[in-house]
Amino acid sequence: MKLKEKILTKSLWVYHLSAGSCNNCDIEILDCLTPRFDIERFGMQLVGSIRHADVLLITGAMNKKSAKILKTLYGQAPKPLFVAAVGTCPCSQHLFKGSYPMLGPLDEIIPVDVYIPGCPPRPEAIIAGIAKLINKITAKNKK
Amino acid sequence: MIKMIAQYLIFPGVIFSFVIGAMGFWLERKLTARFQYRIGPPWYQNFIDVMKLFLKETILPKDATKTMFILSPIVSVSAVILVSIILANNYFLNVSFVGDVIVILYLLLIPSLFTILGALSSKNPLALVGAAREIKLMLAYEFVFITSLIIAIIKSGNSIMLADITGIQILNKPNIASFSGAIAVLLSIFYAQAKLCIVPFDMAEAEQEIMAGTTIEYSGPLLGFYKISKLMLYFSLPLFIISLFIKVHTASMFSRYLVFFLMYALIIFVMSVIKNINPRMRIKDAVRFFWFFLFPLGILGIILAQLGL
Repeated sequence: MKLKEKILTKSLWVYHLSAGSCNNCDIEILDCLTPRFDIERFGMQLVGSIRHADVLLITGAMNKKSAKILKTLYGQAPKPLFVAAVGTCPCSQHLFKGSYPMLGPLDEIIPVDVYIPGCPPRPEAIIAGIAKLINKITAKNKK
Repeated sequence: MIKMIAQYLIFPGVIFSFVIGAMGFWLERKLTARFQYRIGPPWYQNFIDVMKLFLKETILPKDATKTMFILSPIVSVSAVILVSIILANNYFLNVSFVGDVIVILYLLLIPSLFTILGALSSKNPLALVGAAREIKLMLAYEFVFITSLIIAIIKSGNSIMLADITGIQILNKPNIASFSGAIAVLLSIFYAQAKLCIVPFDMAEAEQEIMAGTTIEYSGPLLGFYKISKLMLYFSLPLFIISLFIKVHTASMFSRYLVFFLMYALIIFVMSVIKNINPRMRIKDAVRFFWFFLFPLGILGIILAQLGL
């Protein structure tokens, strides 16, 4: 059982969904792949298809249209799937709170495992957030 | 009997070729990372990836043709296992049978063919685009590889047995030491590149254009089977090139392994260099490259081989 969690955390394949973001967080996510940060040394890689994904990274404030797509994507992903909210927008809606096309923060739509606030979060913060996610997966196993 | 089963399953057979293939793929990833001034994944990364895929859930798409969808990764992995057993037993234990070159050629077709069938049965439009590209690419590269195979056969005195092809190289000199042999090695490296979906010829799985292309609907263990077949192809294709063209005389068992690992790492290095200095070709350009540049080169190689050069 412990081995299973260890294998899962050593090879997290990340699918990145921009649910109506200003692209700033997306650029910071791409920064994680650059030589300075290089998340491939932890075994993470960005994948093109949701069917291959272990982590769903979501950026951007959710609006009504993207929420529909997000629910479909969440259903299409093979479980176990972990969801990470990158940026302040999916965490708490930021300055779009109360705006007419908004449905509410991300965790009211699908369950979220880790929150990475920041506008945009620095690549270090994103890596720290993923480390938190890894700790969460392994801690769940210890109980 | 037990010795024979061990030969097929453990030592030059399935497990050995999987481990070496995974290490070869890791070497390729690590070299790519170093070319880009990154650190790259740890050595056990590919084993972890495969194990993880077997822990995940498999989703069958609603519209898919289910039997074909499930069957095609399994068929492709079994074909690759057969290829690597035949090749490794020939290289390390000198086991061979008449016509095994032809058998290997047929078996190497199966993974690509079933990737296409699996992609088509998943009914995903992007998978369809990937499958169409793979079909066109297959028509291009198989053609070229057959010419390089013919060069090896002519060099061995028209024998279609792998043991004769390697034996004549041990007696005289490796095929690569002649003009036609060098051409054949070049052609077969491009073939391996296209077969393994490495960058200049990875239009079938182009991540930036069509997401994951042919494997887009696959998840969990079924994707794991594809991953295994790719890792084992990473072992068997370089081994096929080595035994066809670069087989050198080795005195002891130890030096045989040493030479194999050096040659293998060299071929992976060359493929990785080609990968890192080239952008992805358009499918039109790739087919043109194979048909109008590499194929005439192959014909030239056959003529040179007939003249004994």
